[in-house]
Formats: sequence, C-alpha cells, structure tokens
Amino acid sequence: MRKTILAMGILASFASAAEIQTYLKTALEQRFYFQDAAYAQQENSDISLFVEPEIYYSFNEGADSVNFKPFFRYDSRDDERTHADIRELNWLHVGDEWELKAGISKVFWGQTESQHLVDVINQTDFVEAIDGEEKLGQPMVQLSLQKDWGTVSLFALPYFRERTFAGLDGRFRGPLRIDTDNPIYESQDEQQNLDWALRYMHYFGDVEIGLSYFDGTNREPGFVPDMDGTEPVLRPYYGQMQQTGLDMLAVVGATLYKLEAIHRETDREEFYALTAGFEYTSIGVLNSVYDIGWLMEYQYDERDEQATSLGQNDLMVGSRIVFNDIDGTEVLIAFIQDLDNSSSRSGYIEASSRINNNWKWRVDGWFFSSDQPTEPTYLLRRDDYVQLSLEYYF
Amino acid sequence: MKRTRAYKGLNALVLLVLTSLVMPALAQTAEEKGLQIAQERKSRDEGWGDSQAEASMILRTADRQEIERKMRLLSLEMENDGDKGLTIFDQPADVKGTAFLNYSHAIEPDEQWMYLPALKRVKRIASRSKSGPFMGSEFAFEDLSSFEVEKYQYRYLRDEKLSGMDTFVVEQTPAYEHSGYTKLLVWIDKQHYRAHKIEFYDRKDSLLKTLTMHDYQQYLDKYWRPMKLSMVNHQTGKSTDLITHALSFRTGLTEDDFSQASLKRAR
Repeated sequence: MRKTILAMGILASFASAAEIQTYLKTALEQRFYFQDAAYAQQENSDISLFVEPEIYYSFNEGADSVNFKPFFRYDSRDDERTHADIRELNWLHVGDEWELKAGISKVFWGQTESQHLVDVINQTDFVEAIDGEEKLGQPMVQLSLQKDWGTVSLFALPYFRERTFAGLDGRFRGPLRIDTDNPIYESQDEQQNLDWALRYMHYFGDVEIGLSYFDGTNREPGFVPDMDGTEPVLRPYYGQMQQTGLDMLAVVGATLYKLEAIHRETDREEFYALTAGFEYTSIGVLNSVYDIGWLMEYQYDERDEQATSLGQNDLMVGSRIVFNDIDGTEVLIAFIQDLDNSSSRSGYIEASSRINNNWKWRVDGWFFSSDQPTEPTYLLRRDDYVQLSLEYYF
Repeated sequence: MKRTRAYKGLNALVLLVLTSLVMPALAQTAEEKGLQIAQERKSRDEGWGDSQAEASMILRTADRQEIERKMRLLSLEMENDGDKGLTIFDQPADVKGTAFLNYSHAIEPDEQWMYLPALKRVKRIASRSKSGPFMGSEFAFEDLSSFEVEKYQYRYLRDEKLSGMDTFVVEQTPAYEHSGYTKLLVWIDKQHYRAHKIEFYDRKDSLLKTLTMHDYQQYLDKYWRPMKLSMVNHQTGKSTDLITHALSFRTGLTEDDFSQASLKRAR
C-alpha cells in the first residue's frame, strides 16, 4: 500500500498542478413557465445564476487530501432560492485497506434512476431541483474498510441539515408558506442529534449488492399546520427514523437490472417501499454511432396516498440517446404515470451538449398533470417549465 | 488379401515420401503460423506489471475541425486475463474528474464502471458491446483493450514490406461474438513483433478504419510502446490521434488501485 500511495503521488505529479487541483462550475439559467401561476406572488419566468468552485489539495504522497467546495446561487424571483452552502469541506486519509473522511461531504447510495430511496445521508437541496438530485453538504465522520469480502462504511453524523423549500415568490410550492425558520424536531437534541449509519457493499462479478442501516433524523419532513402571527403556515416536522435498505444491480448481456428496497420505521408509521426496473442499451443503432438506452422503473410505496414521495404506485419509462459526437450530446426523455390515478403523470426532458472545451448548453423541461387535489403532483400542475442553461466549466 | 496389404504398404511409402518432400511448405498451416506469430507477439510483451501514462486524444471531424481531450491512464497487467485500466479525464472541463474503470476480458464482456464526481456516484455500464466509441473518438473500447491471444482466430496471409520493414500480415477474426468487426488485418514487424498497422473490417466486411502506430519507444529494455496511435475512419472521414506524453512502468500499482473505492477517490 505504501507503494500504492507512492504511485498515486507519481500520478499526481503528472498533472499540470502537482498537488493542487481546482475546478469551477458556473451557469446562467433562464426558466419559462407555460401556465399562469397558481398563486398571485409567482412569476412566469425566472433568471438565476450559480457558482460552484472546488479546490483539492493532496499531501503526504497522496495519502492525505483536503477538499473544499462551496456553492452559491442567486435567484431573481425567490429569496429562499438565493442561498449558499458548503457542499464539501473535508479531510480524507487513505490507509492500507481503510480510509477515514472527516468534515462536510456528500455520499451517494443506490442503483436506480427514477428515485433514490436508499440514499439518506445527505439532505435534499429542494430549491435547487425538484428531482431531489441536488444535496446539501452533510457533516460526518466516515470510516471505511475495503476487504476482499466487501466494503464496510460506518458513518457518524453529528449535525442535521434542514431541507430547503421555495418561498412565496417561488414555484413548486403548496398554498401555504413553509416556515423553515421554525422546524419541529422529535429529538430533544434537535439539529445536534447524533445520527449514525452503516453500509456494506460488494461486487460479485455481474451482481452488486448494497445493504444499509440508518438511525437518526428523517431527512424527509412531515408538516404541521400552525400560525405565524396571522399567517397560516406549515412547520416542517423532523422525526426520528430507522431505515434498512437493500440495493442490487445485475448485468445480463446489454441489460442492467436495478432494485432498491427500504423498510422505514418512525414514531408515526412503518412501511416498505421499492423501486425496481431495468436499463437496456443498444449500441450503434441502425449502423449509426448513436447509443439508445431504454429505462423502465416501477415505484411502490406501501403507504399509498399517504406517501410523501411522488412514486407510490407509479411507472417510469424513459429513453437516453447518446450521440457519441465530439460535443458529447445527450438527450434523456422520461415519462412517469401514476397507476392508481390515470390523470396524474409527469415527464421531463434533459438535453445537453458542449460548445467548446469550457462551455456547454443544457435544456431541461418538466411537465406535470393531475386533477386530483390529493396527489402531490396536483401542487405542481401549473409549474410546467423549460429551462435554458449556459454552463461554464474550468 | 496379400496383394491388398502390399498395396497398402506401398501406399504408405508413397505418402511418406511425398510428405517428406512437401514437408517444408506443409509444416504449418496458415492458421498455425498466424497463431504462432500472435503467441510470440504476446510473449514478448509479458511481465511489464503496471504502467501510468499521461495522454491526449486529438479528435478531427471530416472538415478538419480539431479538438483535444486530456487524460491519465493507469494499467495493470493480469495473468491469464485481460488487463485492468483506470482512466481519469482532465479535459474537456465538464468531464474533469470523471473516471472510468475497466476490467477487460478476452472472450467475455468487459466489466466497466464510470464515476460521476458531481453525483458522487459509481455507475456500472452494461458493456456487452465493446464496439461503442470511446469518448466520442474513432477508437472503440475494444480497440484500446489489451492484446490477448484468445481474443482472435488467426491466419497468416503473407510477408510484406511496410515502410522498409519486413512484416507479417496476419488476419485476425474476433472470437468475441459482440465484436464490431468481422476481421482485422494486422502488420507485425519480424524483428520485434510489434503491430504497425491494423485494418478493421465492419460487419458488412468492408474496410471501416485503419490504425497506424508511430514512434515506438522501448521501456525496461524490453517493452515497446507507440507514442502515437492514428485511427482513420474511411467511412466518415473522421480521425483520432492518441498521443502519449509521459509513460512509466512498474510504479507499484496493485489490484487495490483498480477497485470501486479507488475509482471514487481518483483525481
């Protein structure tokens, strides 16, 4: 392993900057909403800008490294969406078959595409993206052992991050303001409650398995109606939960089969949920250089209509087209149908391509449809949008 | 009865004489000679252990538009299997920090993972088809994977002079059923058994691409590596050069450096 670290040192010295690496991602985004807003304070367009620099420093022949990644977004319409975060600020030490990470970091668990049930370490930065893919930095100490029989990681999470929500001027909200200044915690330690988690992962050739356990503050809040002066509001309620998760992937020919299943227990409920599906990729379609991937995932939640997630008995069907060109052009189209309620559905499109080595354009679009006021999608029924982004990377 | 036996004996004698006369030419079939060349080529390249390289890919479109990709490549030689490779991308800027892990296999599909740093996610890739393009270049994944004898059936075709060098021309038929090619024609120099030119024939058996190797350098007094690979696609007019800027061998890499955990912290 000493040799290995030395080797990584040699590798690092190949890079133009020997031990410091810097990254920058920034983008200007313009959104257009198609329908008239559901609430008077909302607008039909929005311009926004974010900056995400990153600096990485490695020392001790690559055995130690420090990473810092702050984030800032300005939004022209919604003060709640204008926000800053430290995505990462951590120290990593790599030993012989073990590694230790301490600080603010991000962890991803799972295999599926349409939702991430198993992935519960980081809080969702919900004002960033409604698909839940953007996460807030999480303070943690992580110890991992990498053995022949798999990787075991133990997490201690000493501080809780609250979910971000749109303000009254923002889109993607319900009729009442979410009073993010006055959350309610089940734990007496509130944000200082010490959460912990354990994960095991292993790769057996064409099959990969992950098992996880989490005990701590639920990242997904409930809502308690209350009054802020004369204004009726919803206060986020963060309960305690114990969640056991399983994620699996199997490669069969050109198909990936994916599964995520959880069992979650809180003071209010106990339930199972799962996402299962496949992704089939055909390469060089009709003698072209294009790759086309077909995705299908089924989402199930035992709580049915009480489910806080969008997918309680839903089917996602999607297609990813990779152009394999110099500009790295890709298009992803997906459609999600609620199987209990034919009027509830949503869909999205993501397309991107490079302009040159540093610039890239991106188009994202979402549409939502529901005539059932009890459906989560109903709240978003007038929030169909297209977003044009111009991204700069360095 | 007796006569028959005598006839048989005579027959055998004639066969023996004939065989010994024709022996030098028939000693090897074209298939055996092709295989022998491949085995010699492989054996001369065994024992290099591991390597680390810094490289660029120059992608050119038919109208000569040019773009550069930068990457670092870590390789580990595996006994009786294809090599393991870890590629870290440095340019274009939007994929900086993205890393790609590959366990190549001779006749089984490769095992591949991609690390996406923005999501902190390692994604498995269904890699049955090794014929897909690598990073939008004219190189397919299978063109970049290690040379293993079991990957092909061989047929020696002829001797030929290539840029003043004496070479064998060998036809290779991929053993992997999902290969993008029906055959490869490979020019191998007789002195060092290095490939200098490869023609790739597509599923319709027409010439798809030509790869040429340039500027061979010797490492550890034994192993030859081309500092430039040029791939030209005859059907699209596009081309890609793969240029090695720096290369070192036996840097101390082990299988631990080619795991999902090391993929996640690759920088």
